[in-house]
Amino acid sequence: MNQGAMNQGAMNQRARSLLIKGGRVIDPAAGVDAPLDVLMRDGRVAEIMPSNKIRGAADEKFDARGLIVAPGFIDLHVHLREPGQSYKETIASGAAAAAAGGFTSICCMPNTHPVVDSPEWVTWIQQAGRGAIVNVFPIAAATKASKGAVLTDFRGLQRAGAVAVSDDGKPILGNDIMRETLRLASELNLPVIQHAEDTRMTEHCSMNDGPTSFRLGLRGMKTAAEASVVERDVQLAQQFSGARLHVAHLSTADALKAVRRGKRSKARITCEVTPHHFSLTDVDVAEYDSNFKMNPPLRSASDREAILVALADGTVDAIATDHAPHAPHEKIVEFERALFGITGLETALALAITRLHRDHRIPLTRIVELFTAGPGRVVDLKGRGSLARGNYADVTIFDPKKRWTFEAAKSRSKSRNTPFDGWQLTGKVVATIAGGKIVYRA
Amino acid sequence: MHHSHCIEEMNKPARGSLLGIEHLDGGEILGLLKLARRMNPMKPRPLLRGKRVLLLFYEPSTRTRSSFEIAAKSMAAMTTLVLSSGSSIEKGESLLDTAYTLRALGADLIVVRHPLAGAPALMARHLDIPVVNAGDGMHEHPSQALLDAYTILRHKKTLKGLQVAIVGDVYHSRVARSAIHLSAKVGARVTLCGPPELLPEVATTLAPGLHITRTAEDAVRGADVIMVLRVQKERLAGVKISLQNYTERYQVTMSRVKLAKRDAMVMHPGPIIRGLELTSEVADCPQSVIVEEVRNGVSMRMAILSKALGRAR
Repeated sequence: MNQGAMNQGAMNQRARSLLIKGGRVIDPAAGVDAPLDVLMRDGRVAEIMPSNKIRGAADEKFDARGLIVAPGFIDLHVHLREPGQSYKETIASGAAAAAAGGFTSICCMPNTHPVVDSPEWVTWIQQAGRGAIVNVFPIAAATKASKGAVLTDFRGLQRAGAVAVSDDGKPILGNDIMRETLRLASELNLPVIQHAEDTRMTEHCSMNDGPTSFRLGLRGMKTAAEASVVERDVQLAQQFSGARLHVAHLSTADALKAVRRGKRSKARITCEVTPHHFSLTDVDVAEYDSNFKMNPPLRSASDREAILVALADGTVDAIATDHAPHAPHEKIVEFERALFGITGLETALALAITRLHRDHRIPLTRIVELFTAGPGRVVDLKGRGSLARGNYADVTIFDPKKRWTFEAAKSRSKSRNTPFDGWQLTGKVVATIAGGKIVYRA
Repeated sequence: MHHSHCIEEMNKPARGSLLGIEHLDGGEILGLLKLARRMNPMKPRPLLRGKRVLLLFYEPSTRTRSSFEIAAKSMAAMTTLVLSSGSSIEKGESLLDTAYTLRALGADLIVVRHPLAGAPALMARHLDIPVVNAGDGMHEHPSQALLDAYTILRHKKTLKGLQVAIVGDVYHSRVARSAIHLSAKVGARVTLCGPPELLPEVATTLAPGLHITRTAEDAVRGADVIMVLRVQKERLAGVKISLQNYTERYQVTMSRVKLAKRDAMVMHPGPIIRGLELTSEVADCPQSVIVEEVRNGVSMRMAILSKALGRAR
C-alpha cells in the first residue's frame, strides 16, 4: 500500500469542515472523558457534543468508533536540524514524522547551524516555505550562539514567535548568567528551558555512570551532574516572581527531588521526561549500541522507577521526545565518538501506552494529559492543548489497543537512529489533524 | 515488548572473533590455554599458510604488536602492519571504512588495538572475518589475560582456588577487566586493591565474588599471584591523585611481597614504571615473572590466531 500517496490525497482534499464521530474524547485540560463528536470548521473546533447531537452536514466525516480522540499532541523538545544540517532532518521531514507520531505542535530547539539566537531565524523557521505540515514553535537560544556569555534579545525573539528560551544541548552554567536569564525571562513571562548538566563533571563521558559503564570501560556521567544544576536552577528561579523554569529531559531521581521541592515553592517549575528514559535503562547499551546513546544518558533501574512514579503522581508535566536525528556516519562509529541522540517522534505515544498504561497501569487520561494539557502549561500555545470550542482544530486520534511493529526503515524522519527498531508496541496513531486538515492517516 | 529481540537484531560479531574474555566461558578459556601449550615460536608450524593477518594499531604498542606479529609469522601467515599515523586514518578515514579497505585487500583476520572501548566490537559486527581485540580503551585486553593465565599455569597446577591480588589502577585498566573476568570464570579468587579514584566500588559488579580492599597488605597477604597494574597517567583525564601518596600506600614493595605465599608470583602486563607501582627490586626479584609473561605471549597468541581462523590443531 502506498501510504504516502494516500496521505497526500487526504491533505489535498482541504475539507472545510470535518466531523469526527463516535470516538471517546479525552481532553484533560477541559476535564472531559466521554463519548463525543467533534465538528471542525475553518481550522477551528466548531462543536463538541454527545453522539449524534451535531446537526448539519460536514464536508468530511471520520469514523472514530473504538478510538480515542484527543487534543493534538504537543512535543516540547525536538531537533529539526534546520538551518544548517538538513542532511539529518528538515523542518518538513521532522514535521512529517511528528504528524505520524500524533504531534500537531512541536517546539524546536535552537542548537542548529547557526544557532537560532536572532528574531530573523525565529521568523525563518516559521515561514511556509519550510513545508511543515504541523505547527512549529521555535525555542530561541538564551545566550548568543548558546555560548553562555551574553543574553540574546528575549523581547525581540518572543515577538518573532519564540515560545521559550534555552541553550539546549548545552546548559547555562554560570550562576550570574542563569540568574539574568531567569530575571529577564520572568519579566516577559517567557519559560526558560534548561538542559541540566554540569559539563565540568561529564567531560569524556558517553553513558551513565554505573556497572554497565564500568564493564564497557566507558567513562560515566554521574547523576549529580544533572541534579546539582536542577537544584541550583530551582533556587535561582525562586528569586524572581513569575519566573518559569522548565527542566528538559529529566532523567534522575535526585533531579526529581529538586523539582518536587521547587513545585512546593512559589516558583513555576515544570519538567519533561522522554519516552526512552521511562522505557530503557543503561543496561540496554549492551555491547556499545550507539542507538542507545543520548544525553542525558539512559540511567539506572532505580532512576527509571522514580521517573515512573513521578509520571503517575503528576510531578512530571510532559512527555517530550528529544527527537534528535543523526546520519549513519555520525552514529555507526566507535561508541565514544558517536553523537548523542535518538529519533523519537513516531514511537512516543506507543511507548507511553505500552510502558506506562499497559505495564504500569497509568490511566490513558493521564497519558493524554502528558501529551496535551501538560506541555500546554509549560509553553503558551494559545488555543491549543484542549478541544474547547473556538480552539484550533488540532486533533490526535489513536487506537490504544492496536498492536504493531515499529520499523525504522519506514520512518518519515530523514534519520534512522532509534533503539526501538523492530519493537512490538501497543497503541497507534490512526490520524493526526492540524488546523482542521488531516496531515497523517495510518 | 521484545527487548532481547532488538539486541539480537544488531549484527552479530564475525565468527571466530575474540573481543573480550567476558564473552568466553570457562571451557573455552581452558581450551585456549591448552592449545597454547602446544605452540612454540621456536618450532614454527605452518598452520596459517596462505592467510593474511592485518595488524591495525591505533595506539602505541611494543609487546602486543610484535607478539602478535611473531605469532602470526611463526605459523607462516603473511602479516601487514597498519598504523594510524602515516595511513589514511590520519586523513580522517572512519574505522569501518578502514576495516572494509583491509578486507578488500584480502585480510583473513584483523588484530586491532584502539584507544576507544568497543572499537573491535564495532568492526566485528560489520565484517565477515574474525577480529581479535588487542586492547580497546579501558575495556578489555583478552590476549593479555590469557597469556597471564597461561604463565600462571606454568607455575601452578590449576587456576581454580588461587588467590589473586590485583593492585593498582583498576579503573583505567583493560588488562584488569579481562583478568577479572577470566579469574571469575576459572574459579580463582580475586581481591582488588587501590585508591577509590582508581578503583571505584562499582568494580565489584564486574564479576561474582570480587572483593575490594584499600590496604595493600590485606590484598597481598596469602596471595598466590600478585598482579601489579600501571598507573595510567595518559588516561587519568582529570582524576587527581598524589603519586607520592599512591606509592606510600599501594606500591608493591619487597616487604609487601613477603606477606604473600612463599611461592607467590609477581606479574605485570607492562610497561612497568619502576619506582611507581612497584619497586625495581620487586620487578627483578625471583618471584617476578614479568619477562616470562612477554615470552609466553607469543605462544598464547599463536593459539588465539589459529583458533580464530579455525586452524587449531
